Amino acid sequence: MNILHVLFKSSIGKKITMAVTGFILFGFVIGHLSGNLQIFAHPDKINAYAHFLEALGPGLWLIRLFLLAILIIHVWLAAQLTLENKAARPQGYQNQITLRATLASRYMRVTGVIVLVFIVYHLLHFTVRVTHGPEAYPNTVLIDGTPVRDVHSMIILGFQNPLISIFYILAVGLLSWHLRHGLVSMFQSIGWQTRTWSKALNKIVLAVCVLYFLGNALIVGAAMSGQVRIQNPQVAGYVCRTDCEICGLRNAATIAESDEAASDNQS
Amino acid sequence: MKVTLRVWRQKDGNSQGKFEEYAAEGLNPNMSFLEMLDVVNEDLIEKGEEPIAFAYDCREGICGTCSCMINGKPHGPENGATTCQTYMRSFKDGDVIVVEPFRAKAFPVQKDLVTDRAAFDSIMQAGGYITSRAGSCQDANAIPISKEIADLAMDAAACIGCGACVAACKNSSAMLFVSAKAGQLNLLPQGQPEKDSRVVNMVSAMDEAGFGNCTNQYECSAACPKLISEEFISKMNRDYLSASVKGLFSAKAL
Ligand code: HEM
Ligand code: FES
Repeated sequence: MNILHVLFKSSIGKKITMAVTGFILFGFVIGHLSGNLQIFAHPDKINAYAHFLEALGPGLWLIRLFLLAILIIHVWLAAQLTLENKAARPQGYQNQITLRATLASRYMRVTGVIVLVFIVYHLLHFTVRVTHGPEAYPNTVLIDGTPVRDVHSMIILGFQNPLISIFYILAVGLLSWHLRHGLVSMFQSIGWQTRTWSKALNKIVLAVCVLYFLGNALIVGAAMSGQVRIQNPQVAGYVCRTDCEICGLRNAATIAESDEAASDNQS
Repeated sequence: MKVTLRVWRQKDGNSQGKFEEYAAEGLNPNMSFLEMLDVVNEDLIEKGEEPIAFAYDCREGICGTCSCMINGKPHGPENGATTCQTYMRSFKDGDVIVVEPFRAKAFPVQKDLVTDRAAFDSIMQAGGYITSRAGSCQDANAIPISKEIADLAMDAAACIGCGACVAACKNSSAMLFVSAKAGQLNLLPQGQPEKDSRVVNMVSAMDEAGFGNCTNQYECSAACPKLISEEFISKMNRDYLSASVKGLFSAKAL
């Protein structure tokens, strides 16, 4: 028995692959949220973190390609399973009633597709950085003088537009809902769900999904409401004292200088 | 009491079917659903019309032959009851009752409400057995089995193979049936020699027959006249995964 046949052709194997890829994606979104929550700390925190990731270079690309492959497998198998399931009942019933399937489980495809659209937009917005003009993607310097992209300001600028913010909140809401079924389902698909703990599992998953949603909504909400503020003097448009102890050398002039240097390097 | 039936009529597997309406009158509320159909059929025969074909055998809820989608639920409105054990008192006087065959690609309609569920037989032939010495009977209780395992295996063995799980599933998946049959034997000591090949072979027979995939919604368990738990599906997934992994590494005879 060929393992690829098991994982990509058999009905149970495909579900196991869905569960494993779903779990990896879940691991990613939790890590991603933890990273993003650094927005509530000093701007240097998230900016240095983003800089660290970018500095991984080929390593970062390996991770990106891995996640992309996992996402493609997840979506591809979802589409394939859906088509097979449709084909398994060529003629439907007059008035079938739903006995106990949860709403989350019945809308997995819908929530999945909207999340996919969101992922594409989100990558264009913050990774490829093409949805807005250059003023939406500022630069700054870290405390040690390293010139970096100012992710802190970029995020806050990104959520100035209420339509975009609402789309983000909606999408993470739907992703949380997707996970509401997905995370429980995952344990069933690999055979780890039993009557002994299925009620506990269900509650844990509910808590995880609510927390995941709130964590994301908090970031968007804080940026929209001005709870976290842009601290890059150049972007915010105020002039810093040169002797300030918090920012040290990082006044508007130094940032502008390093900005020019960066664009000189690029051209 | 009196009800109106909207029944699926289909001449044979190759014809198009359609719904027909019949008035069922003079019913006793304590008649079973099948007895009500008998009354309607007698009427039809007297009028010289073709009676409604429906499948049954035991009429006591143990054979799994009866199979109707009644008002959108396999075997009708009651919980944990077959069509033959559903009584007209479960309906209200004057109700309109929609009766359809179980619908799945793997269960082609043969006539009216009768479907061909032989796909279940091919799954059983793929692994729903144990090997044992034929001939004289073994001493009772010669093999010790714990009460928990015996009870759980008994829960799985309650499956009568009616196909309600397939009929109720939005994907026409047979996972509950296959998991009950494989699980029952995989739990017991007598089933151990074929444990791995059983689950692998029964699952591939299930896939070949054209059933859909499980989306873990458990409509099957809710519709099951024997209320078999979706826990057996989890067990089958676990057994299948472990059999596949073991198959990768196990030594093979020449
Ligand atoms: C960050 C993104 C995503 C995460 C974290 C995620 C997570 C999961 C998890 C954990 C499962 C459970 C696997 C199982 O059934 O056992 C699942 C199932 C599923 N996912 Fe996703 N998913 C994501 C994106 C998507 C996308 C973009 C789509 C579709 C376009 C999608 C469609 C599905 C479908 C159809 C199922 C199967 C549901 C079922 O069997 O009822 N997912 N997902
Ligand atoms: S006729 Fe045997 S179970 Fe209904």
